[in-house]
Amino acid sequence: MVMTLSAHSLRFSWDNKRDIFSDISFTLKPGELFCILGPNGTGKSTLLRCLIDLLDLHSGSVRLDDTDIREMDRQELSRKMAFVPQGYDVAFPYTLLEYVLMGRAPYISAFSSPTEEDVRIAVEAICEVGVHHLIEKPVNEVSGGEHQLALIARALAQKPDILLLDEPTSHLDFGNQMQVLSLIERLRDRGITIIMTSHFPDHAFIVSDQVGIMQGGKFSMIGPAEEVITSDALRATYHVDVRVEYIEVADRKVCIPIRYRPGSLCPVESILDQILANFSDPAHRCTNCGFMPEQENIMIIQPDGIQV
Amino acid sequence: MDNQNLSSNPIHPSEPDNLTNIKDLTKKLNINIPLSIALYILPVLIIFWSLFMGRFEVDPGNVLRILISSIFPIDHTWTSAEETIVMQVRLPRIIAAVMVGAALSMAGAAYQGLFKNPLVSPDILGVSSGAGFGAAVAILISSSSWMIQVSAFAGGIAAVLCTYLLSRLYKSGQILVLVLSGVIVSSFFGALLSITKYVADPYEKLPTIIFWLMGSLSSVRYTDLFAIAPAMFLGGTILLLIRWRINLLSLGSDEARTLGVDMKQITRIIILCATLLTAASVCISGIIGWVGLVVPHLGRMVTGPDYRRLLPMTIVMGASYLLIMDDLSRTLITTEIPLGILTALLGAPFFAYLLWRRKTGWS
Repeated sequence: MVMTLSAHSLRFSWDNKRDIFSDISFTLKPGELFCILGPNGTGKSTLLRCLIDLLDLHSGSVRLDDTDIREMDRQELSRKMAFVPQGYDVAFPYTLLEYVLMGRAPYISAFSSPTEEDVRIAVEAICEVGVHHLIEKPVNEVSGGEHQLALIARALAQKPDILLLDEPTSHLDFGNQMQVLSLIERLRDRGITIIMTSHFPDHAFIVSDQVGIMQGGKFSMIGPAEEVITSDALRATYHVDVRVEYIEVADRKVCIPIRYRPGSLCPVESILDQILANFSDPAHRCTNCGFMPEQENIMIIQPDGIQV
Repeated sequence: MDNQNLSSNPIHPSEPDNLTNIKDLTKKLNINIPLSIALYILPVLIIFWSLFMGRFEVDPGNVLRILISSIFPIDHTWTSAEETIVMQVRLPRIIAAVMVGAALSMAGAAYQGLFKNPLVSPDILGVSSGAGFGAAVAILISSSSWMIQVSAFAGGIAAVLCTYLLSRLYKSGQILVLVLSGVIVSSFFGALLSITKYVADPYEKLPTIIFWLMGSLSSVRYTDLFAIAPAMFLGGTILLLIRWRINLLSLGSDEARTLGVDMKQITRIIILCATLLTAASVCISGIIGWVGLVVPHLGRMVTGPDYRRLLPMTIVMGASYLLIMDDLSRTLITTEIPLGILTALLGAPFFAYLLWRRKTGWS
C-alpha cells in the first residue's frame, strides 16, 4: 500500500512566541522525492521532526492519505514512515547486524525477539546499502559514512512507504555522497516517497522531483528543481552569487558559487593567474575566461619580489 | 511493500552468497558459545561447593545425601548437626545470594540500557537510600527482622516513586531529568538516614544500623526468601520478556520513538521491574553496592551488548559472583566480613584487571 503524504499549514514554535516555521503546506504523491533546501538554522530539521511526530506541531496537520499521523499508533506509524537522523550516538557497541535488526521493531511485539525472517530482511537491507562487509563489526568502530549507511539500512528494515532523511550527505566524502544519492534514487524508483534536507543545491538537481527552498520559516519557493533552483533564488537564499549552468558531460545543471577576490575584477581567475597573465599578455586579458578589465581599474596585489 | 526483492540490486550482485544462510548468521550472532555454556553451568557447581564449604566441615557425599533425602527418604548416615548446617543455615543463605546477585545484576543491566549509560547502577533512582532509611527507622523503633524488611522495602519503593513524580514535574520527560531527580531524592533520603543514625542509641541501635547498611546475608531464613520471591519473579520475568526492546532504548529516545517504541510506557515498566528487583534484594541483604554496576559489564564482555543474550548472562554471572563473595565473606576469616564491603574490596581490583586486560564491551 503506497500513501500520499500531505502537510497542511504547519506551524511550530518552541516558546509560543517566535515561530520557527509557519504556513508550511505541500503534498507528495507516492514515489516522489522532495528535497528541502535552505540556510542553516531555518528549521529544516525541525520540520522533518514534526513530519514524523517527534515534535508537537503548534497548529496544522500531517496526513497520510486522509489520516492525521497524530491519531495513529506509534508502532503503526513506524511501519509507514522511517526517519534517518543526522547525528547518532550509540551507547553500546552493537554489531551492524544487531543495529539494523532494531529497524524490525515495528513488526515485533513487545514480548518477542526478532525471528530468522527479521534477520533475513535486515541482511537484505544491509546488502542494499552496500555495507555487508561490516556486518559483524561494532557500529562504534565504523566510519561516519558507513554509520550513515547503516542508519539508512535500519530505516529500510522498517519497510517504510515514506522515508525522511535529515541531511543524509552532510558527513560524507565526495564518493560516499554520490553513493548515498544514487541509493536514494534507487529507493525512490522502487516507489518509496522520500523527503530529504540538504545543504547542497546540486544534490537537488541530481535526484529531486520537487524542491522547496525554506527561508525565514516559510517555503519561499516550491516546485520542480529546474524551475526553483535559479541564480536569483540561490542568491536570495544564501546571499552569495551562484551561477547555475548546464554542464554537458554531467547532463544536468550544476551550481557554482562565485567568490570575488579583493583586488581582482575577474570573477573566475586567481590572483596568481592574474600576475602570470601580466607577464604573457600585455592586454591583461584573463587567461581563463578572456575577461579584459579596463587598464586604469587594475589593482593587482603584488607579492614581494615579483616585478611586474 | 513486504515482497520487494531487495537482493536483486544490480550494484552489489554477488555478495549475498556467503550470507544466504540466515541460520548461520543467526548463529554467528552468538559469540563465545563455549564460554557461555560454561558460565551457565558455573552457578550449579558453585552452589554445591558452597554447601560443604565453611567452618563446620561436611563431607561432600553427605551433602549430596542430605539433599536427596529431602526429596526421597533414604537411610540417615549423617549427624543431625550436619543436616541442620546444610539445610537450615547454608542452603537458605546460598539461595539468597543467588537471588540477590541475579536480581541486582539484572536491574543494573536494565537501567544501563534505559539511561543509555554504562555507569549506572540499580540504585540510580534512590532505591538504596530509601531502603536504608526505612530499615534504620525500623531498627530504631523495633528490632523484629520482619519489620526491618518491610520498612526497607517500603522505603525503597517510596524513594523511587518520589524520583519518578519529581521528574514528571519537568514536562519534556527527558531521561536526564530522571537521573537528576534520582540524585536529589537519594541525597534527601541520605540526609534522613544520617538524622536517624545521629539520634540512634550509640551502644545498641547504631551498630545494628551500620551493620545492616554494610549488607549481609547471614541471617536469611526460608520465610524471607518466600516473602521476596514473588516480587523478584514478577520483575525478573517481565524484564526477560521485553529484553530485546531494551536495546532500542539505548539508541536514545527520538530514534526509539521513530522505531515505534512507546517511551513513556516502557520507561515505566523498566523502572517498576528494576525497583521491585532491587528493593526486594535490599530488604533481605542490606545495601550491597557494586554488583549491579559491574556484572552487566562482565556479561557484555562475554555476550556483547545485545540484551537478548546479555540479560540471561547477567543472571547467571550475578548469581555466581555474589555467591562466591558470600562464601568468601563467611570463610575468609573467623568472623564474618560484611558482604557489601567484600563485593567492593575484591570486585573493584578484579574489574580493574579486566578493564586492563580486555575490551569491556563499551567505548
